[in-house]
Amino acid sequence: MKFKGQHIISMTGFSRERIDHILNTAEKMEAIARGEKRSELLEGKILAVLFFEPSTRTRMSFETSILRLGGNVLNLGSVDASSISKGETLADTIRVVDGYADAVVLRHPKEGAAQLASEFSRVPILNAGDGAGHHPTQTLLDLYTIKRESYLEGLKIALAGDLKYGRTVHSLCYALSLYGAQITLISPKELCMPDEIINDIVARGAKIIEKDSIEDAIDDVDVLYMTRIQKERFPDPSEYHKVASRLKITVESLKNVKEGMKIMHPLPRVDEIDAKVDITPHACYFKQAFYGVPIRMALLGLVMGAIE
Amino acid sequence: MSYVEKELRVRRIENGTVIDHITAGKALNVLKILELPDSSQGVVSILLNSQGKYGKKDVVKIEKRELKSEEVDKIALIAPYATINIIRNFNVEQKNKVHIPSYVEGVVRCINPNCISNSNEPTTSKFKVNSENNELELRCFYCGRVISENIAEYLL
Repeated sequence: MKFKGQHIISMTGFSRERIDHILNTAEKMEAIARGEKRSELLEGKILAVLFFEPSTRTRMSFETSILRLGGNVLNLGSVDASSISKGETLADTIRVVDGYADAVVLRHPKEGAAQLASEFSRVPILNAGDGAGHHPTQTLLDLYTIKRESYLEGLKIALAGDLKYGRTVHSLCYALSLYGAQITLISPKELCMPDEIINDIVARGAKIIEKDSIEDAIDDVDVLYMTRIQKERFPDPSEYHKVASRLKITVESLKNVKEGMKIMHPLPRVDEIDAKVDITPHACYFKQAFYGVPIRMALLGLVMGAIE
Repeated sequence: MSYVEKELRVRRIENGTVIDHITAGKALNVLKILELPDSSQGVVSILLNSQGKYGKKDVVKIEKRELKSEEVDKIALIAPYATINIIRNFNVEQKNKVHIPSYVEGVVRCINPNCISNSNEPTTSKFKVNSENNELELRCFYCGRVISENIAEYLL
């Protein structure tokens, strides 16, 4: 399976075999990710981190990943202080930076930016989010979390929150369909998953169930994936509060759930998961954030050709 | 209609290309896609709303230039029933239908204002063309957004 020199742009076209290979590689990286084992796998390698939009977790976990593997980070720093503020195109920035680094992590506000960058870059581009487009490393870390904390094959999962605009839930659903998942969708009607995506997912082998409230679904699933509902999607603030309160998880909502049920969230959360839930064995979102490290380590090792 | 009127309306060409059966009202868009008249040295004439066997149609005649089929196929996006006639010495030497291409570059712009192909980057728009069930869909190669209606409105 060839990964060396390849760009990671989107989950589209990723086969189950390729996903499994990345997840298995990540598992071997976990002790290094925790700092329990030292590694010089990427010694002498440099990762350029170009974030044209703010990010905490994604940027830091990529930086941690390369550092834990003995490599170095080259950070673009503030966009305002760079050539981009002088009007430089992304294509030019990429052609300069690819001479300084062995791979480039890119977050950009425009959809398709990572694809464009890949056309100009001599080194692998890893898409860390392009506008409302793709964010493949988030999907891979979500899959990895499910594999580590629950199970992937034929998973019963419920997705709750903003299922219309949430790019991570769309590509997660596509990927889960490769594993024959049963997916329950819970969202207010204003934010429900677009029909064309549901049709696509069903055609790929997933089973879809739609429910109105978390209570109707939570007792039957093994994973509950929560997402944040953005206030600005609702013109009427009272409508937002009504919807938000209906899609909120508290300790009381967990009374009858399965023992091993896990709650995931891409973070940041606002108040859709009550803080008291954090200490229950169901809370999995901070582990999920950590799992971004072994996944990104695996990807960096693979695309830089240090491992196969 | 008198003979003179007919002659004036539908002048035959000696050598060149006649694009016939263009969806009525789309001839100007066809010229735009084929970059005519700039891409031709000869006279280019157009006929709008002509009465054909199957209803109204447009016709474009390009003198002294024989268009290749792959050049013309991109007009299939807006005129899927068009035919290409190569004229030599006033005779139709070849007659072909346009084929809907599977990929087009630099013909239409992406519908998504936030797509990178709509910025000042040194790239042209690229689309995968899907023409299943007689419905035409253009999927942006960069952002994945689909154009399925009023394609002519997005011509570059």
